[in-house]
Amino acid sequence: MAFVNMKSKEVQAKIVYYGPGRGGKTTNLEYIYSKFRERIKSDMVSIKTHGDRTLFFDFLPFDIGKIMGYDVKVQLYTVPGQVKYDATRRLVLKGVDGMVFVADSQVSQRKKNILSLKNLQENLATYKKSIFKIPLVLQYNKRDLKDVPLLPVQQMDKDMNSQLKVPSFEGSALTGHNVVPTLKKIISQTMASLQNVLK
Amino acid sequence: MGSNYDDDVTFTEYSLGPDQLQKIETILQDDLIDSGVNSVMLIDLAGNIIAQKDNGSSEHDLYSLAALASANFAAVDTMAKIVGEEEFSLLFHKGENESIHFSKVHDEFLLISIFSKKVALGLLRLKVSESIDKITAIWKR
Repeated sequence: MAFVNMKSKEVQAKIVYYGPGRGGKTTNLEYIYSKFRERIKSDMVSIKTHGDRTLFFDFLPFDIGKIMGYDVKVQLYTVPGQVKYDATRRLVLKGVDGMVFVADSQVSQRKKNILSLKNLQENLATYKKSIFKIPLVLQYNKRDLKDVPLLPVQQMDKDMNSQLKVPSFEGSALTGHNVVPTLKKIISQTMASLQNVLK
Repeated sequence: MGSNYDDDVTFTEYSLGPDQLQKIETILQDDLIDSGVNSVMLIDLAGNIIAQKDNGSSEHDLYSLAALASANFAAVDTMAKIVGEEEFSLLFHKGENESIHFSKVHDEFLLISIFSKKVALGLLRLKVSESIDKITAIWKR
């Protein structure tokens, strides 16, 4: 549900970071915010609990320049990952154009990843969107962790990407590894899906 | 996936041409800004800004405001459904210097007005209601 303003030649598109709680969605946005500080005119908005967990969403508007003569503004959102916040999670998905699924690479989190992806599929369906059709990129986060057992990437691919077959990245939101490539990938996929409208 | 899915429509379900947008901006200017409202915007429920006008001295972060306003509205709307109400019709936040008024336009849009103590709430609600009628008329054309 991107909004294209033909008068001011501006496109606003919504990209949502989804995934299990404490998986690194907010950390992705924080890294992007610090990396592109000079290009982002407004502050990052976070609605969080006293314990620093995302309560509603984080929001980061991001100007990516001109595409086909249009000024493109990408609005990055995260959802709260905790299972109990499903109602608010669903609200954030309203009008989404592209998704990044941030999975947690720790062996102990395997089941949570799969449940969260399933939950994404169900929540998209409430807006009549299919997880198989929406622009989607997977990020296997926390590859930098040394002291805990991590899932092999092949296992994560098998768990989450065997049917979806979407681009995936091994990443570390904390160090910034592959955070920007993940973002670039989802932006290009989202723009490609909007291209027909902009012609 | 079955035909229940409408992903082929990746674009907004509404479309407004440059002429319609121009008319909407004129209404926002004439009816609201010229009546003393500091800043006004028409947004959709996904948080996109469709049209915006201000009095020139308002320096708010409008994209963040639009995102929060649509989320706030959606949250309140869901609360209304939980207690068995169709909707809560008056959404208004009063501040020391500036206040925010939310109003639904159609099923798809929200009109957000930011105003100071100089504008009475009653007058604002009247002006907002008139603007919404005019915007709806443009939308239907």
